[in-house]
Amino acid sequence: MRKLIQSAALLTTVAFPVLALANSDVIKQTSDPNQWAIQTGDYANTRYSKLDQINRDNVKNLKVSWTFSTGVLRGHEGAPLVIGNTMYVHTPFPNIVYALDLNQDGKILWKYEPKQDPSVIPVMCCDTVYRGVAYADGMIFLHQADTTVVALDAKTGKEIWKVVNGDPKKGETNTATVLPVKDKLIVGISGAEFGVRGHVTAYDMKTGKQLWRAYSTGPDSEMMIDPEKTTSLGKPVGKDSSLKTWTGDQWKIGGGSSWGWYSYDPETNLFFYGTANPSTWNPTQRAGADGKPIDQKWTMSIFARDADTGIAKWAYQMTPFDEWDYDGVNEMILADIPVGGQPRKALVHFDRNGLGYTLDRVTGELLVAQKFDPKVNWTTGVVMDKNSPQYGRPQVVSAMSTFQNGQDKNTKGVCPAALGSKDQQPAAYSPRTGLFYVPTNHVCMDYEPFRVSYTAGQPYVGATLSMYPAPGSHGGMGNFVAWDAGQGKIVWSVPEQFSVWSGALATAGGVVFYGTLEGYLKAVDEKDGKELFKFKTPSGIIGNVMTYTHNGKQQVAVLSGIGGWAGIGLAAGLTNPTDGLGAVGGYAALRDYTALGGVLTVFTLP
Amino acid sequence: MKHFGIGFALAGSALLAVLLPATGGSSQDKPAKSEQDGKWMLADGTPTYNLTPDGKVDWYTYSGFRRYHSECHVCHGPEGEGSSYAPALVESLKTLKYADFMEVVAGGRTITRPDKTSVMPALGDNANVMCYLDDIYVYLKARADGALPRGTRPERAVEKPETAVQNEKTCMGS
Repeated sequence: MRKLIQSAALLTTVAFPVLALANSDVIKQTSDPNQWAIQTGDYANTRYSKLDQINRDNVKNLKVSWTFSTGVLRGHEGAPLVIGNTMYVHTPFPNIVYALDLNQDGKILWKYEPKQDPSVIPVMCCDTVYRGVAYADGMIFLHQADTTVVALDAKTGKEIWKVVNGDPKKGETNTATVLPVKDKLIVGISGAEFGVRGHVTAYDMKTGKQLWRAYSTGPDSEMMIDPEKTTSLGKPVGKDSSLKTWTGDQWKIGGGSSWGWYSYDPETNLFFYGTANPSTWNPTQRAGADGKPIDQKWTMSIFARDADTGIAKWAYQMTPFDEWDYDGVNEMILADIPVGGQPRKALVHFDRNGLGYTLDRVTGELLVAQKFDPKVNWTTGVVMDKNSPQYGRPQVVSAMSTFQNGQDKNTKGVCPAALGSKDQQPAAYSPRTGLFYVPTNHVCMDYEPFRVSYTAGQPYVGATLSMYPAPGSHGGMGNFVAWDAGQGKIVWSVPEQFSVWSGALATAGGVVFYGTLEGYLKAVDEKDGKELFKFKTPSGIIGNVMTYTHNGKQQVAVLSGIGGWAGIGLAAGLTNPTDGLGAVGGYAALRDYTALGGVLTVFTLP
Repeated sequence: MKHFGIGFALAGSALLAVLLPATGGSSQDKPAKSEQDGKWMLADGTPTYNLTPDGKVDWYTYSGFRRYHSECHVCHGPEGEGSSYAPALVESLKTLKYADFMEVVAGGRTITRPDKTSVMPALGDNANVMCYLDDIYVYLKARADGALPRGTRPERAVEKPETAVQNEKTCMGS
């Protein structure tokens, strides 16, 4: 699977501009590579560190310098933060936050444990994960499972304010981090499997007062869309762009939640995020009045919104009329890269649907849409001809259409599975190589939709899935991929036995890090993916790798703790294909490799 | 809000039950079971699964497989194998009785232990579960009994019986 790096892929990049007038504190904190101030590393979501003490030659000597047990067993996503000499570690439900003193081997300076109603646990799809806190202006921002947003004094752990963003009784929960921008805190919501109506909300960073809320579906005013000025693929979206693409009132329970990673571009003052699947998973129940597919805007979409007003500048829907649960929430990485020979202010997005998208982040123009897993088979690709009525739309393969095949029919061999070719596990971008380093799933599925009814606060799914390693491939369920977003091409790909469910880290030392579900922290060469180092941590890794400096030495840290979607689907082993799709030897239960347990492991050079 | 009582799920199970001789595929020492328009039950009225000699399942077991993987598997894992935070029902149903199963599903339960709190939500007003409770039970029972092996997607021996079509309409509302 490995290919040599293409020399053309060694792209020169334009430095990301930093303007003093945006949230000066977040920009200041994140521009110091010795720290890690927000989950995504920087506003652009590059997950790239300028630290270079640990490099391709010496990474093999990495040793564990200290560890910390979080005391929580469930799936640990996200990463710790480091500000100065303090590290902030979060946990899944019950969402504990620890402040650790790096000068005293991680002594606990304070611990904050919110009291939450445990009835929120079963309302959370796919384990009680939490992707971590954020830091700005001397505060740590926690967004609990029950949707309570809390501002804590970073020095003492004392509550400064708190506010409730949603209602778990309706299935509204939280798993995501928050985005601090200027004087605002921008937050999302989970619950598309429970028929919530997704939204993004801004709170005043100082007081917690709600400033605006923009829904993913419904009337233009409630979506904060200007029918004349908000564009999609260069054209105004027009009046009632969402209402016209739903049957009746279905948009009210239409999903489109907003639980992914958010990025922010200080130059344009736009922030970017994706919306999740339409509810239910049974497309027949969402068909138009004429029985034909209908777009269900703006689920499965990228939104670019003004960070002050919340008004949408542009939107692009990746998967109109979803039939496979390909949420559009994955991170939007902002990078200035050449596309077709021209320097572009790009937004790069690896969608659950298996396509890697490159757009102009200023205008929303679609530049590239190509498969980042060659096994993706639900679509023949996206129409790039601007004169075509199908412009920008993926072309669905009938045999893989769970809608065309119909209710109560089992559609077999769809790639990717509902997990997506990539889920939330964030990719990294290195300006050194111009490449994106993408943790992926290599899993396909059978999908049978059937009728469901809606009850508030209860699952609203309506399909049953069997998942298995991609047939006719290497037998594993994951790949770690280097991607050229200007050309839409895989540069190299490292096969993995299990899905790579850990966020990647690229560094100026030429080393790229990621974790595996068996529990390995791996370091690979940025040029060709060659493995340079690995260490088996106490549990499977679904957290994101981060780096910082302490006492002049570069440290690499990662949370272990198997769980999440992976804990459900993989802990018990995936279903073997039995129907001649290509027998695969990849059937292997994760529980033969690892067990539960939240542990932070920190590495450094001796 | 609709409520789906346990009484509904049990209704009719004892009516017109006709004891059938053991079919070719079943072994002689298994308890006698009867069939009524595709639905199988034990002598005491407890619903059960049925497999054809080539391993295909009755409609209700198939339906239970589907509903389980829509409503239950995000916590209880694929094929009832359990997850990192909810018990493996392939084990639980080796001992859990039909009536107790229905009670826990409909009413929920919370177990608090020092290391963690487990919450089974009350699904009594969830039509997607309660209208198919027997189906989910017989599917999981087939898994617990080892009649349906791990890693095999069940195949239906028959299409949806007319009784199932009518019951679905009544229970889900049309």
